[in-house]
Amino acid sequence: MQKITREQLIEKASALLADGTVKQVLGWAKGEFDYDITPAVFESAEELNANFVWSDFCGANFSKYLVSKTRKCDGKILVFLKPCDTYSFNQLLTEHRFDREKVYAVGIPCEGMADIAKIKEICADGIASIDCEGDALKVHTLYDDEPVCVPAADVLAERCVNCKSKKHVAYDELLGEEGEVLDSARFDEVAKLEAMTPDERFAFWQGELSRCIRCNACRNVCPACTCEKCVFDNPNSGVENKSPANSFEEKMFHIIRAFHVAGRCTDCGECSRVCPQHIPLHLLNRKFIKDIDNFYGEYQAGAEEGSRAPLVDYTTEDIEPGEVFDRRDTDA
Amino acid sequence: MQVNEYKPLIVAFCCNWCSYAGADLAGNNRLNYPAEVKIIRVPCSCRVNPMFVLRAFQRGADGVIICGCHPGDCHYTSGNYFTRRRMALLFSMLDYLGIEKERTRVEWVSAAEGAKFAATMNDFVEKVTALGENKRLEDLRCKK
Repeated sequence: MQKITREQLIEKASALLADGTVKQVLGWAKGEFDYDITPAVFESAEELNANFVWSDFCGANFSKYLVSKTRKCDGKILVFLKPCDTYSFNQLLTEHRFDREKVYAVGIPCEGMADIAKIKEICADGIASIDCEGDALKVHTLYDDEPVCVPAADVLAERCVNCKSKKHVAYDELLGEEGEVLDSARFDEVAKLEAMTPDERFAFWQGELSRCIRCNACRNVCPACTCEKCVFDNPNSGVENKSPANSFEEKMFHIIRAFHVAGRCTDCGECSRVCPQHIPLHLLNRKFIKDIDNFYGEYQAGAEEGSRAPLVDYTTEDIEPGEVFDRRDTDA
Repeated sequence: MQVNEYKPLIVAFCCNWCSYAGADLAGNNRLNYPAEVKIIRVPCSCRVNPMFVLRAFQRGADGVIICGCHPGDCHYTSGNYFTRRRMALLFSMLDYLGIEKERTRVEWVSAAEGAKFAATMNDFVEKVTALGENKRLEDLRCKK
């Protein structure tokens, strides 16, 4: 359950719209279902009252939307940022992707978002509506008279279970209290994979990545992927669409997608959230983060505006590519 | 009698200023290295995008080796330092996906090291031949 209420957010946004500080508000609106929350632009208090949503399903990170929205809007844009979103916000600022002057950032606390896949495991399908009350989610299904009560802690999204920080690293105004950077166990899964034999790892990734349908959702949602033109949109590459073979053909896409954001990925977990095939894409990104921490010193993208990303930097004493395997083995 | 001996396909990205000249020197000195090594000349080893490496594998290469100037000797001052970071991360990622780590390599070969170039290629081809065909990174869509 979120500590801050929908009414508080609407009140804040309406006040800023009313006094002319901002022209537009980036917020969440209901999609087809209660758990299917979609980003939306609001321009008046009436719109906010009618459609604005704040619940345990507001996982969407708005940082990337600022890139296009600030270009189209001639006034300021209010954006609500959860702690993890502020890292992406900072990273985009570092890369000069949008004009800071055109954004009014309101930091809001987050108690972790729910993962609908986990709820569906408990309640099966046919979910009609979900009420977020206290520490539980009340799930009304088409087949039960009584709602199913699910503790919110049991259905937290993976990225929220391993939340790296409750601290806002960028904002104009903060609602609620300042949080702390947390000591998360987010690299445990990566370490588990590293401990396997190469054949086991290959089998694991073949199982995961062969499900990929190349919808490009992971690329489109990623706040670090903001190129105007993408290498994967090249119609002459021969690999721009899904392979007709149901095999393991999309590995190049996934390696390069993760590589292109290596050192800039803030580990916000949006790629895994939007994947319709539930591929744990964050494990690829975290592998790069873990390696960078390991080889070149701890680095959290977006923690500090203007910091130099590890892949555009070097030292004369860097590890040789042939040594990376030994280094990891000794660490494990 | 014809023997169908397996011959791997090796792609070698060689930097124009050191390794490509090193390969030249190997030739001038009549040093042998396998004909399976196909050299692609690049202006600097840091011209090699990780995608080049994966595209080579997709299209049927069995091994990819990147040769550049020794660290500190880059013609463009710092290019090979960036190569070093990029390829370290890429190779570690390939290993993470279960790709045989002997299929990829970075070697620093100067223009004066013709013998090292030939020795490196002989060794690399031998290792890749032992591994056999690259099945894990090929892409059927790219096969002609």
